[in-house]
Amino acid sequence: MAATVAQTAGSEKNMLLRAELRRSERWGKLRAFALVLPLLLFLVITFVFPIGRMLFNAVHDDTLLTLMPRTTAALAAWDGNDLPGEQVFAALAKDLRDTWEQKTMGSVAVRMNYELPGTGSQFTSSARKASTLLTGPYKAALIQIDPLWERKEVWNFFKRGASPFTAYYLLRSVDYQYGADSQIVATPPETAIFRDAFLRTFGISVGVTAATFLLGFPVAYLLATLSPKSSNLLMILIVLPFWTSMLVRTVAWVVLLQQNGVVNQALVGLHIISHPADLIFTRFATIVAMTQIQLPVTLLPIYSVMKTIPPSHIRAARSLGAGSFYAFWRVYFPQTLPGIAAGCLLTFILCLGYYLTPALVGGPSDQMVGYFIANYTNKQINWGLASALSALLLVATLLLYYVFNKLVDVNRLKIG
Amino acid sequence: MHHLADRRLVSSAYLGGSAQSDLTRRNKCSAGQAPALGITGMPGANDAFVKFSDVQKTYDGKTLVVKKLNLDIARGEFLTLLGPSGSGKTTTLMMLAGFEVPTQGRIFIDGRAIDNLPPHKRDIGMVFQNYALFPHMTVEENLAFPLKVRKRGKMEIKDRITRALDMVRLGDYGKRLPGQLSGGQQQRVALARALCFDPNLVLMDEPLGALDKQLRDQMQLEIRRIHKALGVTIVYVTHDQSEALTMSDRIAVFNDGLIHQLASPAGLYEQPQNAFVAQFVGDNNLLRGKVIDMDGASCTVEVSGMGNVHALVINAEAVGRPVLISLRPERVKLNPAPGSLPNTLNARVEELIYLGDHVRVRVSVGGHDLVIKLPNSDGVQVHEGAQLTIGWKTQDCRALDAG
Repeated sequence: MAATVAQTAGSEKNMLLRAELRRSERWGKLRAFALVLPLLLFLVITFVFPIGRMLFNAVHDDTLLTLMPRTTAALAAWDGNDLPGEQVFAALAKDLRDTWEQKTMGSVAVRMNYELPGTGSQFTSSARKASTLLTGPYKAALIQIDPLWERKEVWNFFKRGASPFTAYYLLRSVDYQYGADSQIVATPPETAIFRDAFLRTFGISVGVTAATFLLGFPVAYLLATLSPKSSNLLMILIVLPFWTSMLVRTVAWVVLLQQNGVVNQALVGLHIISHPADLIFTRFATIVAMTQIQLPVTLLPIYSVMKTIPPSHIRAARSLGAGSFYAFWRVYFPQTLPGIAAGCLLTFILCLGYYLTPALVGGPSDQMVGYFIANYTNKQINWGLASALSALLLVATLLLYYVFNKLVDVNRLKIG
Repeated sequence: MHHLADRRLVSSAYLGGSAQSDLTRRNKCSAGQAPALGITGMPGANDAFVKFSDVQKTYDGKTLVVKKLNLDIARGEFLTLLGPSGSGKTTTLMMLAGFEVPTQGRIFIDGRAIDNLPPHKRDIGMVFQNYALFPHMTVEENLAFPLKVRKRGKMEIKDRITRALDMVRLGDYGKRLPGQLSGGQQQRVALARALCFDPNLVLMDEPLGALDKQLRDQMQLEIRRIHKALGVTIVYVTHDQSEALTMSDRIAVFNDGLIHQLASPAGLYEQPQNAFVAQFVGDNNLLRGKVIDMDGASCTVEVSGMGNVHALVINAEAVGRPVLISLRPERVKLNPAPGSLPNTLNARVEELIYLGDHVRVRVSVGGHDLVIKLPNSDGVQVHEGAQLTIGWKTQDCRALDAG
């Protein structure tokens, strides 16, 4: 009994202590929060919100819902087998008139062209002709105006438009689309380009990451083991290109690799090849230029980890009987893994988003996802598809990051 | 008699070469003599386990870090290389381990020259100051490393790890990572790792430098115990003289690339051969003076302001030459019976420093400061400003080179 009382008193005392601790730490926490608040706001406004909005675009499209409200509503009752009834056609005629009067038929036509290529112009002409159609029966009259309104995939398209959300853009990003009955079918081969683009993007990124690692690791090792005087010079040589704009460096590669560029002239001049080789606008040029740009990004984290490995570890391993390679491989290399993971992951993720370099030194078949995103954003003004491609790229990156972290088990390596 | 014994002490490590003719001259008693048995009972050069023969090392081609080193280490010996930083002791160790190559001279282990033997074939265990445990391996994996390299059987490896961990009293820590251990524990693991493959020779490069004092004292005894139990030869580098005195069979005092004295701890403390050793090992009162009379083993030195002091001739060359007199603080007696000691002087107490087990009394004698250590046992009544007489024996006062 006495023990219980003592225990209760003890726990009360503990709670009091915790409350005091919270009170004493409150000011510090507030201060810390106030310090990060400006940056937090900046990030939310300039980064989190726009990206969130962009990702929202990938699944959200209410063009049909807002511009063709009567048609999409009337189609809710349609079974999807035969052509819709007179009531639906009447709603359509009314919507067509409205789009004509409000000059919004262009937006609907663009949206139609995404999913049903070539139907946009038919829709516009229907709208123009239907603007004079004031009395029913509408069904025959509209079919008379354009046989478009006999096609079931068109009606299914408008039926899907009843929801402000659509999976179309995401499906399209992985080369699928809606069939005539709203079923999911593969995109025809001539327009199925995105799966290849993603694979190419990952392929080029893996290649560049591997190249920067293979080239950078020995240099990082040299930097970490050299005397400070020589390593400083070497370090400047390595980071000097890092301070140059990426555009300048890419254009420099154009100068080097073009038909009559420095490399070709040298090779021809030395009689190694008789005709200038195709160096520019190739996969080779893309990977070389990207490797050059990404090299410091891979190298520096590896170097900074190597710097923290005491030279006595190798010495200890050697004195314990390990040959120089065994000591390196079993003692030194495992300790550099966190640096390798950080450097390679950084380069890989940055490579996934490359746009400028492949566009300038790569050929048409070397374009990465970034190119398509830019293309749909700036030229085609198909923000839904651009957003869907971005979202897929982002998810793939996060997934890879997670898997990589699990594999390398960075946390275990950081102990000690 | 003392003098003779001293000569023999340094005889197995003579210092020579043109670069340090000065010191050679000072140590001429030892230079060039045939190696003889030291009083510590160490074997002579012929059956030396480790032998440095005229070893030199320079890093930049200008200054010698190690100058003409000759050193014999007996099998089973605990030898400490003691010296200030930059004295060449660590370089000497690294040459023995194979991480540095002598620019001249040869090193032998067990009669075999090891010039072209890479570090991993020397079969030397090594303990580093920063432990050098592999952070990505558990304690057991660390200990297994030298055994796996040697392709020992699984059962044997397990057995040896268990024994090595028990030896350093870390039996339950095998599955931990080094980062989860305290500094003292890590160093014990490093010790176990350097010993578990039964090397004939273990090198330790300031292994206790990163530990706090209490842990250091404890580890000193532990290393000493393990050395006694295994009978392994240990070469130990430190700049801490009390550490060297506690652990070693013999101590080689390094300075400026040279061994200034090689002796047992007692020999080093009681009979420093030159001014550097007298200064570096333990506390000493050093008085500068001039020899005015020499009489065999003892001499009379004139110290300005203090008068004449009778001292033992150790490194005094001739009448008229400057010398440095060394006098241990604990050998000075307060208020000795008149006429009982050859050196008696009047002094004034300037300062008392209470240190628990003893009291340091700073007195001034004719313009010189002397420090006296009084054991805190008979409650000596001394107070600042008191006038008293101090005295010491001729044997406790050594006339050394002028430094």
